[in-house]
Amino acid sequence: MNLTPIGSFDALTKAREETYGHIKMRLPGESVEKEISKYHILICAGTGCTSSKSNLIRRKLEKEIKKRMLQDKVKVFKTGCFGFCKLGPIMVVYPDRTFYTKVEPGDVDEILDSHVERGKRVEKLLYTSPKTNSQQKTIDEIDFFTHQMRIALRNCGLINPEDIREYIAMNGYMALADILMHKTPPRDIIDELKKSGLRGRGGGGFLTGQKWEFAQKYESDKKFILCNADEGDPGAFMDRSILEGDPHSVIEAMIIAGYCIGANQGYIYVRAEYPIAVERLEIAIDQARKLGLLGKNILGSSFDFDVDIRLGAGAFVCGEETALIQSVMGLRGEPRPRPPFPAEAGLWEKPTLNNNVETFANIPVILRNGSDWYSNIGTEDSKGTKVFALAGQINNTGLIETPMGTSLRTIIYDIGGGIHDHKRFKAVQTGGPSGGCIPADLLDTKIDFKSLTDIGSMMGSGGMIVMDETDCMIDIARFYLEFAQDESCGKCVPCRVGTKRLLEILNRITDGKGEMEDLEILENLCYDIKDSSLCGLGQTAPNPVLSTLKFFKDEYIAHIKEKHCPAGVCNNLLSVVISDDKCVACGICARVCPVNAITGENKKPPFHIHQDVCIKCGACIPKCPVDAIYKR
Amino acid sequence: MGIRIEKAEQENFQKLDDIITRYKTQEGMLIRILQKSQEVFGYLPPKVQAYIAQELGMPISTVNGMVSFYSLFSQEPRGKYTIRVCMGTACYVKGAQEILDAIKEEIQIGVGETSMDKLFTLNASRCIGACGLAPVMTINDEVYERLTPADIPSILYSYIKTHKKAKVTH
Amino acid sequence: MENIREKEELGLTEEKVTIHIDGREYTVPQGLTVLEAARMVNIEIPSLCYLKDINEIGVCRVCVVEIEGSRTLQASCVYPVREGLKVRTNTERVRRARRTAISLLLSNHHRECTACIRNLNCELQNTADNLGIRNIPFTGEKKDYGFHDHNPAIQRDYNKCINCRRCMAICNKIQECYVYSPLNRGLDTIIAPGFKKDLSEVSCIMCGQCVIACPTASLSEKEHINEVWEAISDPNKYVIAQTAPSIQVTIGEVFGMPIGSFVAGKLVAALRHIGFDRIFATDVTADLTIMEEGSELVERLTDHPEQLPLLSSCCPGWVKFAEHFYPEFLPHLSSTKSPHAMCGALTKSWYAKKYNLDPEKIINVAIMPCTAKKYEAARPEMESDGFRNVDYVLTTRELGRMIRQIGLDFPNLPEEEYDEPFDQYSGAGMIFGATGGVLEAAVRTAHKLITGKELKVPDYEDARGQRGLKYGKVSLGDKTITIAIAHGTGNAKKALDMFKSGKKKFDYIEVMACPGGCVGGGGQPIFGSRDYKQISLDYRHNRAETLYNIERGKEIRQSHENPRIKQIYAEFLGQPLSEVSKTYLHTSYVPRGEHPYLYKEKPYMGFNERD
Repeated sequence: MNLTPIGSFDALTKAREETYGHIKMRLPGESVEKEISKYHILICAGTGCTSSKSNLIRRKLEKEIKKRMLQDKVKVFKTGCFGFCKLGPIMVVYPDRTFYTKVEPGDVDEILDSHVERGKRVEKLLYTSPKTNSQQKTIDEIDFFTHQMRIALRNCGLINPEDIREYIAMNGYMALADILMHKTPPRDIIDELKKSGLRGRGGGGFLTGQKWEFAQKYESDKKFILCNADEGDPGAFMDRSILEGDPHSVIEAMIIAGYCIGANQGYIYVRAEYPIAVERLEIAIDQARKLGLLGKNILGSSFDFDVDIRLGAGAFVCGEETALIQSVMGLRGEPRPRPPFPAEAGLWEKPTLNNNVETFANIPVILRNGSDWYSNIGTEDSKGTKVFALAGQINNTGLIETPMGTSLRTIIYDIGGGIHDHKRFKAVQTGGPSGGCIPADLLDTKIDFKSLTDIGSMMGSGGMIVMDETDCMIDIARFYLEFAQDESCGKCVPCRVGTKRLLEILNRITDGKGEMEDLEILENLCYDIKDSSLCGLGQTAPNPVLSTLKFFKDEYIAHIKEKHCPAGVCNNLLSVVISDDKCVACGICARVCPVNAITGENKKPPFHIHQDVCIKCGACIPKCPVDAIYKR
Repeated sequence: MGIRIEKAEQENFQKLDDIITRYKTQEGMLIRILQKSQEVFGYLPPKVQAYIAQELGMPISTVNGMVSFYSLFSQEPRGKYTIRVCMGTACYVKGAQEILDAIKEEIQIGVGETSMDKLFTLNASRCIGACGLAPVMTINDEVYERLTPADIPSILYSYIKTHKKAKVTH
Repeated sequence: MENIREKEELGLTEEKVTIHIDGREYTVPQGLTVLEAARMVNIEIPSLCYLKDINEIGVCRVCVVEIEGSRTLQASCVYPVREGLKVRTNTERVRRARRTAISLLLSNHHRECTACIRNLNCELQNTADNLGIRNIPFTGEKKDYGFHDHNPAIQRDYNKCINCRRCMAICNKIQECYVYSPLNRGLDTIIAPGFKKDLSEVSCIMCGQCVIACPTASLSEKEHINEVWEAISDPNKYVIAQTAPSIQVTIGEVFGMPIGSFVAGKLVAALRHIGFDRIFATDVTADLTIMEEGSELVERLTDHPEQLPLLSSCCPGWVKFAEHFYPEFLPHLSSTKSPHAMCGALTKSWYAKKYNLDPEKIINVAIMPCTAKKYEAARPEMESDGFRNVDYVLTTRELGRMIRQIGLDFPNLPEEEYDEPFDQYSGAGMIFGATGGVLEAAVRTAHKLITGKELKVPDYEDARGQRGLKYGKVSLGDKTITIAIAHGTGNAKKALDMFKSGKKKFDYIEVMACPGGCVGGGGQPIFGSRDYKQISLDYRHNRAETLYNIERGKEIRQSHENPRIKQIYAEFLGQPLSEVSKTYLHTSYVPRGEHPYLYKEKPYMGFNERD
């Protein structure tokens, strides 16, 4: 790729026109010729699809194309996450916008034979909607996408993230160029952001414009822009997909932020568990530097800005602002008391503006389209869209982006395709380990920052884990507390010791040793930890406990009073039972039992498990030749 | 009293010198230096930490505090293949615990331990962001998704086979 | 960075702000934290991890208060005041949160207080008592984090640690040894040396400032009380006690006497009651140190200026600091042993012969303000003629315990005198206990050695005071020497770095490892009391003041005028730096590097393992 520096707004416009002509066939609304002369095949190269060997598919496709001398007719590109991870590897063929799912390297020949050479789609790779039972051939027909509004994810699935020119073709870096050419006063940019109503997408939900304003007003010889790409919430991969699919959107926003507050250096702190994201970022930064969009005198202006990557090393707490700052400085990721806030004294005690990846990704398009456009989307309290990661017991696991105000029901049933295996919905956990569980009767809640906190949960970074009747809510709360205990930095008393004590109470309850008094101790301790912890991790760690206590109290009581787990999860509260009618009295289970808890007479069914001796190890279950043994 | 480098360690410490020289001038690169060093040595023994502390002019307590804080760093020698089973919420809800148990059963080691033949180290990892394909595990850099406990023996065996082959050709 | 600030230097601006605490309006200086402001107006917000100027990090969450406008409770020790701030320190929410924080700490603490070294003197106990804890509803795992005592001086019980980080703060900020760091994460977090090694295996100088800072019994001195009782009870042993100069102004505090009470006579009386055969004053051999070191200074000034600066060596913490961090300066250290080692060497040679005693049977016990001296006494070099110079070192605190064990009413003991021949000491020997004292004493004698004349006014005011690093010029006849005085090894570092970079030139540097000098030593009494105003380590000033005031009233204020000194030279040593002196009173040093734990050979630990 021959990249020469772009020195002005006009040069950028020229570069955009050049590449735009090349990729405009991928855009919706472009007319499709009867006889298609050029194809672009885009293959998802996000972590999910890559682990399903999408790069193998791509390499094989490229090899075959060369062999068949089809280079003029069809080109293959990497692209970012479409979000439909369950059905990966995903492939989209333009200009006909055919959406192929579960592609395998073995399908390459057929794709080329049938689709490219003869213009006929490969039926078996098309998506069939479980709702309508009909094939949805193009990306626009697919019901997974129809409710979505992709703003932060606008370029994911559309451009090759490893080619900066494609980003430029989609109006990339134009917002920056406009600002630099017109020398727009930072005051105006900040006002525009405030008017748009954009709020932080990392979990805090703080008004982004206001955050920029604070950082701008502190005088200092040096300031910094920090991008929080730590995304430690388990079940969240929004930021990862943005970094893998459209890294330049983040870089452009950071440069604009630097211009606004007077910073010349930015850092992107990426967690170590995201190697593909790191690689894409490195390529993106390198290309931006080559084009003169990073470095000295950007686009011919007098503004310098550069970005460096800093890697995390496996600590969830580093997603907290002040802990992040400590980690970037090469120290233990331990939070610091605030005030002073990072806007006043952050990295190396200098004013630092810290924003989440998704927040940054929204900024270039807000500045290009205007604050009115953005503030018309969403609700009164929360403007714009939000990227959610759907996971758990839901059919369509993956990544979606919908306007704020979409109901949970729409997301889970219309987009998510409902509960897996026809089980019954029980709860959806939003906000990761800082959030809460939302039960079925609140499914019509329209999602925004306020509505979620009102019902005892929070938006968090956007992770949504769906749970069904086979999930025990106490076990889930316990799982989150284990996480908090593991990831607590250990500095302040309430989080370090308090979460452990909470965990112990929950362990006792799931072990069948809980008492009713435990519930009061549990709740009181939760409030005290929330109230007095040093940082957000401790302040929100008790949330899963409090929300499950609020909505699923009867489940707690069942565990305590009846020593019974309704979901059938908590091992010590289950019994291992032999089904009377299935048992054939072969005696294998009795022989396998390590504590001789099974007795019976050969050929005289049924055998019987003595519950007082049984240690619930489950060793007998797989050994039964007729599957007569189960847990309940 | 400098740090003594044995002859057998010379090569690796030369690589360590290169890493330190490369990143020393930038502020806050300690994590990067430790990561790269871990790639060279396989883990971070006391001598390597002391050497880094010495070259960067930092107290050893600070360096050791860093190493022990972050999950990525290992102060014990690890197996040739590090198995990381994702225990994020999505994977947990989709049965990650059973995957973990299956591995424990198959290689007979616990979480955080290394097998006797130094082939496998088993860790539970935090969410790696492939939640759509839960449950997920990685072995070194390979990602395995949509796992069931039945998949485990064959996956592990393929590594044992590769290792045996490597030994034979060596 | 200064460590001890004089009141004038506190740097508080004239600007004041109006704040509300519990509904009342107050005007306080700008730049304070809510905690400091509240305590200024007699609202003693309880705290635990807070240590003024040293550890202000807000981790214990005991000092939390309600701040109007903040969603959660805030730690008052780190929250700055501002105009119009509204604070509530006394609501149910606050009281509950404080009780929970302490209860959580207690739930993970070993609560056998009655058998603990800090029983009745522990800040955790006091805070729990103040908050009225009656019930700890959290039963659960108490982790066993271990116990380390593989060195002669300081032991660490990790199970009593509350993770307040004061030890780390004082070791990093003031002493700049950087021994401690938090290791691991979450509930596994411990504040420990790298790799959780014992203190003897890392670059710890054993100064004991961490022990002084520790609010509980997690860090404490290794006690040798039982060994001393055993020696005293043994009819075959002749047990001598020697007391350091600063003990005379601190031992009274253990019994509730005002800070800085001069109790030399009672000290001797108590030691006699305990059963020591002889009570000696280390102040005497302090005078001897001045003779030897003063002569060394003169020798280098006149014949070997390349060996300047001369660095004092009576502080074993400082010596170990030099051995770890500045080995290139080891040739500059005075080769003199510290006063207590000199005393010990003389008792088993000159004194034993003079009084017809078998040196084999002599046990020399040094009562010192210092934990590092326990390490020093165990150093292989501290022996002469095959006998250990000092057999046991007891800290001021340990002596206090011994006195309480036998039930003496210390404040009302009648005064008694030290035993011959280590009974008469000059004022110069006394002021060894304060920072600047050694230098002042050395100057008084060096002046005589160089010019042959006495100093008209023996007081050298510039050497006094709590400023961490002082320097100045002293005229010794027609020679003018540049001197520096550092206390707190962080300041020693500054002085040496200045010298190394060429910024300043020094001829003589006195270094005390402990801020304030020995009056602030790691073995001095600790206040775990309820009076928060005392927990700021500024009381060292009062103790030093007493030493200076008392010595001003003494007849003999110069070391070289001490008749006992003249006697020792006449009867045994000959003259300063003679062969005999060199044999008994001088020592050598060992470069140790910053990573002793890497090497398995014994000498690196630097002490004879006996316990």
